Amino acid sequence: MSIEVRNLVKKFGSFKALDGVDLKVNDGELLALLGPSGSGKTTLLRIIAGLDWPDSGEVSFNGEDALAQGARERHVGFVFQHYALFRHMTVFENVAFGLRVQPRAIRKDEATIRMRVKELLDLVQLDWLADRYPSQLSGGQRQRIALARALAIEPRILLLDEPFGALDAKVRKELRKWLRSLHHEINVTSIFVTHDQEEALEVANRVVVMDKGKIEQIGSPDDVYESPATAFVHGFIGESIELPVLIADGLITLGDRPLRLAADGLAPGASRLFVRRHDMLVGPPGSGAFEGAVQHVRNFGPVQRAEVALSGGQTIEIDAPRGRELRAGDTIGLEPRRYRIFAG
Amino acid sequence: MSAIAARRRTLPGFGLTMGLTLSWLSIIILIPLAGLFLKSLELSPEQFWNILSSRRTLNALRVSFGLAFAAACVNLVMGSIIVWALVRYRFPGRRLFDAIVDVPFALPTAVAGVALTALFAEKGWLGAPLAAAGIKVAFTPVGIFVAMIFIGIPFVVRTVQPVLQDLDPEIEEAAGSLGASRWQTIIRVILPSLGPALLTGLALAFARAVGEYGSVIFIAGNLPNVSEIAPLLIVIRLSEFRYADATAIAVVMLVVSFVIIFAVNRLQRWAQSRIPAR
Repeated sequence: MSIEVRNLVKKFGSFKALDGVDLKVNDGELLALLGPSGSGKTTLLRIIAGLDWPDSGEVSFNGEDALAQGARERHVGFVFQHYALFRHMTVFENVAFGLRVQPRAIRKDEATIRMRVKELLDLVQLDWLADRYPSQLSGGQRQRIALARALAIEPRILLLDEPFGALDAKVRKELRKWLRSLHHEINVTSIFVTHDQEEALEVANRVVVMDKGKIEQIGSPDDVYESPATAFVHGFIGESIELPVLIADGLITLGDRPLRLAADGLAPGASRLFVRRHDMLVGPPGSGAFEGAVQHVRNFGPVQRAEVALSGGQTIEIDAPRGRELRAGDTIGLEPRRYRIFAG
Repeated sequence: MSAIAARRRTLPGFGLTMGLTLSWLSIIILIPLAGLFLKSLELSPEQFWNILSSRRTLNALRVSFGLAFAAACVNLVMGSIIVWALVRYRFPGRRLFDAIVDVPFALPTAVAGVALTALFAEKGWLGAPLAAAGIKVAFTPVGIFVAMIFIGIPFVVRTVQPVLQDLDPEIEEAAGSLGASRWQTIIRVILPSLGPALLTGLALAFARAVGEYGSVIFIAGNLPNVSEIAPLLIVIRLSEFRYADATAIAVVMLVVSFVIIFAVNRLQRWAQSRIPAR
């Protein structure tokens, strides 16, 4: 099932949660909505699910108007951040809920329901927990049960709101891999919301980066990481060094020092220069575009993270490979292997 | 050995607080109740049976327990609706209505009785239109019923309110997105989650209504066999110096109340066991 969202606007009082969002999701895709909190990603998800209504704009599933239907008719599986399991029901009954509330005309008989629930519990690998109550499960188990419950109604679309947000780091990593392989297996068009870039880049086919109610960039994980479309995306994804620069007369200046970088094709004016931490190459003093003094060094496995005070006065953090050990007090030259400059 | 064990206790003061608890509960509750039972022993079993099986006593007990149960059921339904409105919606005057729920708690029961009687008397604001429709409230069992509803309502509201407040609206959204209708959501998700609190509210409202005296005697009319409640019959027997008769009725009320409260308690525990804490 493909989803199309056109010019969606949603306000909460004077706060614009969604400010003209356009998005097309292809059939069978696993899409991540990535952004900081307050960027509107959860609101967008809830509107697609029918749990919220936009002030204006359109949502259609396979070309048919979805806003004409309530959450109940849309056949959308929704997984909540805090699971929203029914506490008074066993795991089995939680998963069976969607099947038991079907209109009598299409409701399946008890044996079929039992078989289907068993299949779903097998799918999420928790069939041995069928008789437990949600309170007796761990966070990761609850999330998988919530997923099985959402899948029971054979949803046309699966929506997950910060599915791993409340779990600890190790469980998150396991569940990420598991979600990707599960999606491969069931192949339902899925959208998940996250503020964790690693999660988005690792799990999704395509990533939608949002900020302040607008979409900043849509692209494959490689696209958004390697060629960020806006300053926001560059700053939000991956660890970036951000420096305020001025472009004038074919020169890029940082503070009052011109940098040895080409300014070809850049509009004059105040701009921001972005470099990934690991793209700053360390050389002898005077060798690169920047010069600075090492303040502080910490080692993280294969990299050494150094705090460097640039001669212009700014302090940046770089990740340099081990081998050529840096020491506090060293004066070094720095050459950005790759960088991007955004106006503004 | 025991001295070491005592010193090792992490929470000090067990002996003192336990002693105070037991002696206080004994003085305040157990000794008076025991006195009641002892007094009723002055009667031979035959006399005891005669008092209880007299028409007037049976009718008084029937009026008290029957109407109290009916009133508690009405309070359960209306109280749940009030709680729902107070918790789930934001409307002007919500805080005021929330405070009004407590009025029956705070109002002296005699004041409530006088007010209700004036309101439901044949010439009263509500009594007049009801009388025109052929319904007499004041000085009939219906009046007792009304007074019992009045004094019981806060018990249901105040027990259910915090539980509903804790109930995450997300579970309703989850039920909806799984295809449940509003009605299915209420029956299958909301009510079971509120079950134990509803039962507690019912039990408290019932217990309060059974024991209510002040507001009821004003509006009841107190006709023997028709609108005479058991607590009033006890007072009448006392004023006739028939202490043993009074205690016999009191003992029966005590036992019946206890059995009912105990049953509700078990029911409530059973419901609670189906909703383990988070």
